[in-house]
Amino acid sequence: MILFPSPARTINGKTTMPIRMPLKLFAAAALTLVSSMAMAFEPQGKVECLAPADPGGGWDFTCRSIGKVLEDLHLVPRNVQTINMAGAGGGVAYAHTVSKRAGDEQLLVAASTATTTRLAQGQFHGMNADMVNWIGAVGADYGIIAVSKDSKYRDLPALMDALKKDPRSVKFAGGSAKGGWDHLKVLIAAKAAGVEKLPRISYLSYNNGGEAMTQVVGGHVDAFTGDISEAQGFMKSGDLRVLAVLSEKRLPGDFSDIPTAREQGIDALGPNWRGFYMPADVSDEAKQYWIDAMDTVYDSEEWQSVMTRNGLMPFHMSADEFENFVKSQIQSIEDLSKDIGLIR
Amino acid sequence: METMSFLIDGFGVALAPHNLMFALLGAFLGTLIGGLPGLGPANGVAILIPLAFSLGLAPETALIMLTAVYAGAMYGGRISSILLNIPGDEPAMMTCLDGYPMAQKGKAAEALAISAVASFMGSLIATVGLILLAPLLARFALTFGPAEYFALFLLAFATLGGITGKNPMKTVVAAAIGLMIATVGIDNTGVQRFTFEILELYEGVDFIIAIVGLFAVSELLFFIEERAGGGKAKMVVNKLKLSWKDIRDIMPSSIRGGVLGFIAGVLPGAGASLGSFISYTLEKRVLGRKGNFGEGDPRGVAAPEAGNNGASSGALVPMLTLGVPGSGTTAVLLALLISLNITPGPLMFTQNADIVWGVIAALLVGNFLLLVLNIPLVGIFVRLLSVPPMYLLPIVTMVAFVGIYSISNTTFDLYFMVAFGVAGYVFRKLEIPLVPIILGLLLGPEMEKNLGHALEISDGDWTVLWSSGLAIGLWTFAIVGLLLPTIVGPILRRRMRQQVGVAA
Repeated sequence: MILFPSPARTINGKTTMPIRMPLKLFAAAALTLVSSMAMAFEPQGKVECLAPADPGGGWDFTCRSIGKVLEDLHLVPRNVQTINMAGAGGGVAYAHTVSKRAGDEQLLVAASTATTTRLAQGQFHGMNADMVNWIGAVGADYGIIAVSKDSKYRDLPALMDALKKDPRSVKFAGGSAKGGWDHLKVLIAAKAAGVEKLPRISYLSYNNGGEAMTQVVGGHVDAFTGDISEAQGFMKSGDLRVLAVLSEKRLPGDFSDIPTAREQGIDALGPNWRGFYMPADVSDEAKQYWIDAMDTVYDSEEWQSVMTRNGLMPFHMSADEFENFVKSQIQSIEDLSKDIGLIR
Repeated sequence: METMSFLIDGFGVALAPHNLMFALLGAFLGTLIGGLPGLGPANGVAILIPLAFSLGLAPETALIMLTAVYAGAMYGGRISSILLNIPGDEPAMMTCLDGYPMAQKGKAAEALAISAVASFMGSLIATVGLILLAPLLARFALTFGPAEYFALFLLAFATLGGITGKNPMKTVVAAAIGLMIATVGIDNTGVQRFTFEILELYEGVDFIIAIVGLFAVSELLFFIEERAGGGKAKMVVNKLKLSWKDIRDIMPSSIRGGVLGFIAGVLPGAGASLGSFISYTLEKRVLGRKGNFGEGDPRGVAAPEAGNNGASSGALVPMLTLGVPGSGTTAVLLALLISLNITPGPLMFTQNADIVWGVIAALLVGNFLLLVLNIPLVGIFVRLLSVPPMYLLPIVTMVAFVGIYSISNTTFDLYFMVAFGVAGYVFRKLEIPLVPIILGLLLGPEMEKNLGHALEISDGDWTVLWSSGLAIGLWTFAIVGLLLPTIVGPILRRRMRQQVGVAA
């Protein structure tokens, strides 16, 4: 998670935004009409993006940066207002969307794997994934497993072999809560490698990936589990050795020399996607409009440069494909959480 | 030299027009709040935090504004000390000693100007110290594992008496209240504690809500009780006559005061009061009979002011590098950092370099702004301080409500804040200090987490807690820090009081 992306400045940018010419607006609207089948829906006035966390975090970043691109591409008539609603790891915002905003066609809510993890583990009390409309994912941050540069583990199989002998021999540090996504990535990898006694594996939860990494680099904890974007600083300085990235194939650019878990014979995947959902009871036209808008955003140069700047990797899904993905991810997290005794 | 380039980048952030504007605003409001008798810098920052949120500021801008408030409050504390013999906050107490006699002799303007220059020197020295020391300490922080952090937090709690304690038992009670509130929410192992299935409580109690409620809302309640609509006593300032020689004369005192203050600030638990106290007493010792201390000696104004401003910047060192606040105000700033998703510590100096160095540069810039604000414009502050609180406090309250609502957009938080306000009112009536509550709330979860981690790593072996040299050192300091203030504290405080008593 990049904590301080420049797009946070868009709040101040409000004043500097030029007043759009009606002609331009008309042209943009016409383009959208041609490019999509949605003839009936056009957002009017203010569009809101709900970030279920405090300013500065990943969801806040998702809202602010997507809002900026939506404005730049004239997919919204005015500006996109980011509203922060922290609480219960997204639960407060989820409850708000389900119970108070049903039918609101101008509301997007930022989501990620943290959302599906909590849904899977029943942490959003009495709520499930069917209660909202899943719009699309616009990028992902892939999971990694890393050790400090002085560690005796040189590749992922070596680390997993140690776990097979004694599940408590390697202690992992990560930025999510116990049972959260960072913890699950370790378990996904360990399960794929054939480690038994998964619940015995030791996981230490820190406030964020940075804090966890500091402990690993400082030699206090054995291994780090987190996302690739978090690790950039320590990777560059050479303090951290990434044993594996949990992606389908090698990542582009500077990351291309990091081996995947798959090529080391451990079939583990851990994409932390960034995307959006909408309230229930919205019209099909409105839903289609936002699905198309996300497709347009994802393909735009503006968004691609936001992704590169912030370490987001290619990952795009929308509409039904995305909804099915979300549901299958929830199912597999639920199964895994049962396996390790996190939930019954 | 890496530091230099970071600092230059920091100036780039601090000198951006909108940041500069908010630094000016912060410095101005800080001086004003610092000058109001009874409203110290911790309250000042706490009251103005919601302003940063309601304006929807970017993290670095919010931090820059509030550090300017912090620095401004330290400057402002001296105004009522000098003019009314009522310290604006505890650290400004020593300034009364020679400041008020100077004002009585018709030299109020000179006393204000000299203290502004001394404050500037103190802050400048300490900020340079911060620039040199913080990156070193940040690297050192890598050697802190869970056991060391646990011992460090223990040290912070053990030295709490130094920050507040008039009555040590009440400080303990306050810290315990803070720790109790800190247990609400989902704990580190995923177990829910005291959440009553209320979603808003899953992540525990938001520090900012607690702080604004305890400090700002309770202040309003106190005002309603006192119905102090009449305003304060009239303050008069003469026309300023200050020569370069006068400034040169106080320079050595200011430099000594600044250095001592910085050292006092860096030590956890010591804080600004101690900084101004030792600066004053040292100055008296050094100059001996050559000065006429207690009767309006300019150096007696300069030394404590340099001392308390030095200490306030010094207190930022442990806060930024280790996440352990050295004073009440830095505790409030720490809460702000955390709520902006910035974790203080070694990583902050690399990951959020623009913010850290922007803030440090802003301290330097803010100091110049404050010097400019405080010499020619001091008359304006004096006049503004005579504004009856019946106009001031409702504005403060309104800002608090708007700010808190804009953080999470739920009314739940507003009710919560009001509840904390009422609690704060009761605590203050019972003379239970508020700062330890905040520290308990802030550090409690961290302390618990680190204890848990240390034991998880050692597979349940308790000896891990004192297995490294660093940890043993911290434990020793904690024990010394716990015992020393109970022995030395009353003596120090009595001497401080005596001197103030004699002077008045």
